[in-house]
Amino acid sequence: MRLSFFLRESLRALRRNAAPSLAAFATILITTLVLGVFIPVVRAATAKTNEVRNKIELEVFIHDDATNAEVADLGAKIRAVPHVDRIEFISKAEALAILRERLGKKSSIVNDLPGNPLPRSYRIKLDDPDNVNLVKAALQPVDPQGKKGSISPAIEDIKDREDDTNKILSATSTIKILLASLSALLVVASVLLVANTIRLSVFARRREVEVMKLVGATNWFIRWPFVIEGLMVGFLGGVGAVGLLWVAKKTVVDPLSDRFALIAAPQTIEFQLLVVLLLAAATAVSALGSGLTLRRFLRV
Amino acid sequence: MSTVQDQQDQIQPTADPLPGARGGNPAVELGDVSVVYPGGNVGLESVSLAIDRGEFAFLVGPTGCGKSTFIRLLLKEMEPSRGRVLIAARDIGALPRKKVPRLRRNIGVVFQDYKLLPNRTVYDNVAYSLQVIGESRSEIRRKVPEVLRLVGLTTKLHNYPDELSGGEQQRVSMARAFVNHPPLLLADEPTGNLDPETSIGIMQLLYRVNRTGTTVIVATHDREMVDRMRRRVVELKEGRLVRDERSGLYRPDESTREFVTRLREPSGVAGGN
Repeated sequence: MRLSFFLRESLRALRRNAAPSLAAFATILITTLVLGVFIPVVRAATAKTNEVRNKIELEVFIHDDATNAEVADLGAKIRAVPHVDRIEFISKAEALAILRERLGKKSSIVNDLPGNPLPRSYRIKLDDPDNVNLVKAALQPVDPQGKKGSISPAIEDIKDREDDTNKILSATSTIKILLASLSALLVVASVLLVANTIRLSVFARRREVEVMKLVGATNWFIRWPFVIEGLMVGFLGGVGAVGLLWVAKKTVVDPLSDRFALIAAPQTIEFQLLVVLLLAAATAVSALGSGLTLRRFLRV
Repeated sequence: MSTVQDQQDQIQPTADPLPGARGGNPAVELGDVSVVYPGGNVGLESVSLAIDRGEFAFLVGPTGCGKSTFIRLLLKEMEPSRGRVLIAARDIGALPRKKVPRLRRNIGVVFQDYKLLPNRTVYDNVAYSLQVIGESRSEIRRKVPEVLRLVGLTTKLHNYPDELSGGEQQRVSMARAFVNHPPLLLADEPTGNLDPETSIGIMQLLYRVNRTGTTVIVATHDREMVDRMRRRVVELKEGRLVRDERSGLYRPDESTREFVTRLREPSGVAGGN
């Protein structure tokens, strides 16, 4: 009885208050749409970055004049360092083969080299890319005078691919910041527009409110229809945005994902979960807007 | 009417009677009440007054004398700057804000401008006031036609307020105020917009309501109507109580028909100034 009364009252208010409701509806739709694009893109970008980060490995290059015994000893020492998952020895010939492979068609230039200048090396796989600096420090401990030492005289140099990763990370974080601030602005605009819509609705229904107060309706009995009105605007905006996103997914993203790895990234958020999240966000935004107005303009 | 009696019985006195109270069980009691509006305007000044249960009282005086302040005080739309306001021996100053709706459910109010909802029919206007206090559907279906029969609007159930005359609109507003049979009915200039003949109809209705045991307080500056009714008259002037007269000609057994006949008599039997 009460619920149906509240719903009837809210629908009646929505009809009478159509213009501002439409503005709030459109803003929430756009906000939700941006969020709906933002969340999967960031998820995919983060997943891609992690993938790259996971490929980080250390490569320990060995002096050409190191003896085989020293090289074997170094291998054992590296294996003993914590966080080292497994190591792989690359001989000079293997290094040359890898270079040839990497150069592809231009591999003939390798033939012009006088002998084989490439050093032997150990490739180290880490248990977690975050530990790269720990392992590096263990291989080249810094002595009290601040001079970089080495666990073995056989080590010539240690290299990792951190620079590449940092570039990717900074690019994705820029995208994240941009999209996040855009979403934040849109959320603020949505909250204010919903607040304004409800304020106009309160104003349009001031006679009803007056009568309700006179005959002794409780505060929440007066407020509920307005809250429901706000929630309906938000929910409909959310549903509209989800509908558009679904169409975009079916017509644009799905056909393209066969060709572009980033779009097809398996780590991207599930569509169903995304829908639930977006609807919840749209409803929360409108609830916030309604609450804001009712606190200020409907003190009963 | 048993419902009215039941509701009155439910209200138990909680505050001590004010010194100088006339005994009995006043429905409304003001103890040395002053109201000063922000900005220094005085709404009421040291008003002490008791109106008994079942009494019919007029509150008269020129515009700005404090009549509306009095009504708003009783509805707890505002607080007195000083003094106590008691309804059914309960100090409403001590009433928490959450209980205010419950207080208002026990008070019916009628205004000069009717305060009807223009986009609802007569039936819906009355039903609305029951819906918003959470009354069940079956109770609404029972009470609304009953009260509309009482005010004589059975044939206009599905008309909208702008299709009704002023008198009919005021009847709807009366129906809304009385549909819950509140023990106290307040009327703020109920005939202010109406011609004399229509006013008589409204007064007749207020009288009929009063005869069911409801305390009725009517704020008005319709001096002629007051004089003809010969009921208690409380006069306010610039916020002060200047006259409180119990008219002598109170006949408890006067029927509504006799009462109206008397109202239609030529003027001149008036008491007071």
